[in-house]
Amino acid sequence: MYKNFFKYLISAIFLLGFSVNSNADFKVGFVYVGPTGDHGWTFQHHEGRNAVEAAGIKTTFVESVPEGADAERVIRQLAQSGHDLIFTTSFGYMDPTNKVAKDFPNVKFEHATGYKREHANVSTYSARFYEGRTLLGHIAGKMTKTNTIGYIASFPIPEVIRGINAMTLAAQKVNPNIKTKIVWVFTWYDPGKEAEAAQALIDQGADVIMQHTDSTAPVQTAEKAGVWSFGQASDMQRFAPKSILTSIIDDWAPYYVERAVAARDGTWKQQDTWHGLKEGMVAMGPYNSAMGADLVKEVEQLQKDLASGKVHSFTGPIYDQKGNILVAEGKVADDGMLAGMSVYVKGVEGDIPK
Amino acid sequence: MSLDISFIGILIGSIMASSVPLILAASGELITERSGVLNLGVEGMMIIGAISGFALMVITDNLFVAIVGSMLSGVIISLIFGFLTQSLLTNHVATGLALTIFGIGLSAMLGKNFVGIPGKEFPILFSSLRESIPFFGPILFGHSIVLYFAFALPFLTNYFLKKTKLGLVVRAVGDSPVSASNQGINVILVRYCCILYGGAMCGLAGAYLSLIYTPQWIENMTAGRGWIALALVVFATWSPIKVLIGALIFGGITILQLHMQAIGFRIPVQFLSALPYLMTIIVLVVISRDSRKIKLNTPTSLGRIFYKEK
Repeated sequence: MYKNFFKYLISAIFLLGFSVNSNADFKVGFVYVGPTGDHGWTFQHHEGRNAVEAAGIKTTFVESVPEGADAERVIRQLAQSGHDLIFTTSFGYMDPTNKVAKDFPNVKFEHATGYKREHANVSTYSARFYEGRTLLGHIAGKMTKTNTIGYIASFPIPEVIRGINAMTLAAQKVNPNIKTKIVWVFTWYDPGKEAEAAQALIDQGADVIMQHTDSTAPVQTAEKAGVWSFGQASDMQRFAPKSILTSIIDDWAPYYVERAVAARDGTWKQQDTWHGLKEGMVAMGPYNSAMGADLVKEVEQLQKDLASGKVHSFTGPIYDQKGNILVAEGKVADDGMLAGMSVYVKGVEGDIPK
Repeated sequence: MSLDISFIGILIGSIMASSVPLILAASGELITERSGVLNLGVEGMMIIGAISGFALMVITDNLFVAIVGSMLSGVIISLIFGFLTQSLLTNHVATGLALTIFGIGLSAMLGKNFVGIPGKEFPILFSSLRESIPFFGPILFGHSIVLYFAFALPFLTNYFLKKTKLGLVVRAVGDSPVSASNQGINVILVRYCCILYGGAMCGLAGAYLSLIYTPQWIENMTAGRGWIALALVVFATWSPIKVLIGALIFGGITILQLHMQAIGFRIPVQFLSALPYLMTIIVLVVISRDSRKIKLNTPTSLGRIFYKEK
């Protein structure tokens, strides 16, 4: 009896949780993996949705949708209820998005951070966050006194490893003695654990802390301890005004508006987008004046050069930890290599968890 | 790698700070369970305490109001549980699970307007002594008042259960509600009180997270600590002192594994991440080998519905 009770209870909760409001005319739907109030990843996607809404296009969103079977149901529901364009904003929505796209050839789909475009109505998009990491590495290399940079990492996926490598390469360039210490927390989001990881790194001598996790706890810990830090995903400056040197900001808004307008006007075409500083999908928060005017100028120049393509984050020669060459001198890493990055570059301590 | 004596002091200090929410929530739940009620809503009550405390801090700008308010909010939400299980005689497990799901959802809704607001500095006591005394300074001083309370709580709880008449009443109700009822004890009333007390402590545990440990509000910020507190009560075999030991071991190894990574020990990270759970279980199993002693503390009627025949 209880078994059935639970079944009903759980389905009732899911039905309540994913209530979708519907409108007539052209409509855009968004599927989020987290709550809009996470002040990180989903928060920024939601900002993008707000921009679409402000452009006069009706939108719907469904938040906290687990990756997997539920995702397919939610996406299908959005497609069935008359949405013309659907953004699915997490890597794990890749297969469900393609599956639903097959059954709804007239609905357009945009999948974030994935690589599968099995049908003509599926586009993919992501941001070159590693360009931001290059700037962070340059600043960290110049600002550290202990030559130790602390890095709070979430999961060992190419996205995260790419960030660690980009940062380390840039830091080495300005400070050859740099050491990158990494703590894996195996969560995107646990303020308590993120704070503890930051403290552990600080206790081990890191005087610059950066994170690839979503909460503001690490920057607050850094502020308390009087060391430098960087904001992640959104501008976190007000949480640690003294400590934060700058933030990497994901700005999806222009892309979302552009694609929504294109879909409405019938000019939408399948594409694979990987935008960075140049297009503004990756933006930097204000630079802390504690960096000094010279360094700010230097970093602003580097930001311009990265945007214009004059400088690439992964320019050879690049070696892995064992000293094998990854990128030859004078070459830059191609997108395929970046997308599948799974080894540390020379100078990073420790092993990648498998 | 620095392992000098003053560093170890700092380390122990931060281990203590991280174990506070576990001690508070587990001590509260322990009293609830000793009265024979199994409330699986710890996580839900904690998260409600976290948002209530933070919201009150923002609105009133008064930390005392925030702390008391968080405990009250825990009382209110546990009252729902109490009403359902004690007055309407619903199943403890199902009701507790529902309470957790409800608490997480409600806190997210209440918290919408409090995301992204930086918290306020919580006053710490004896901060000058912390700096001036090596090793013992960071262990004994420079903490918030809630931490001192949390570390006194298991001893107070132990005293309450073993040495006071009321404690005896709670245990009697938990062990044999029928006999207790025949002795003229109002079983339902005692259980209500224990449920509300558990709610208050869980609310405080949540407020410790949102006001002191990581001063901010974010959805789901308790991140499963309520479930760990629940597990600690069982593994500690309902003994308050063992709850304290378990919480310190759990907090200690969580922090140590992060330090081991930062130092650069070449041990698989996944193993290190699992270590706190593993060690807590092993140690608590070892310290509670004596089955007679376990039986001494186990509330026999745990989770069973009691109703008085008229």
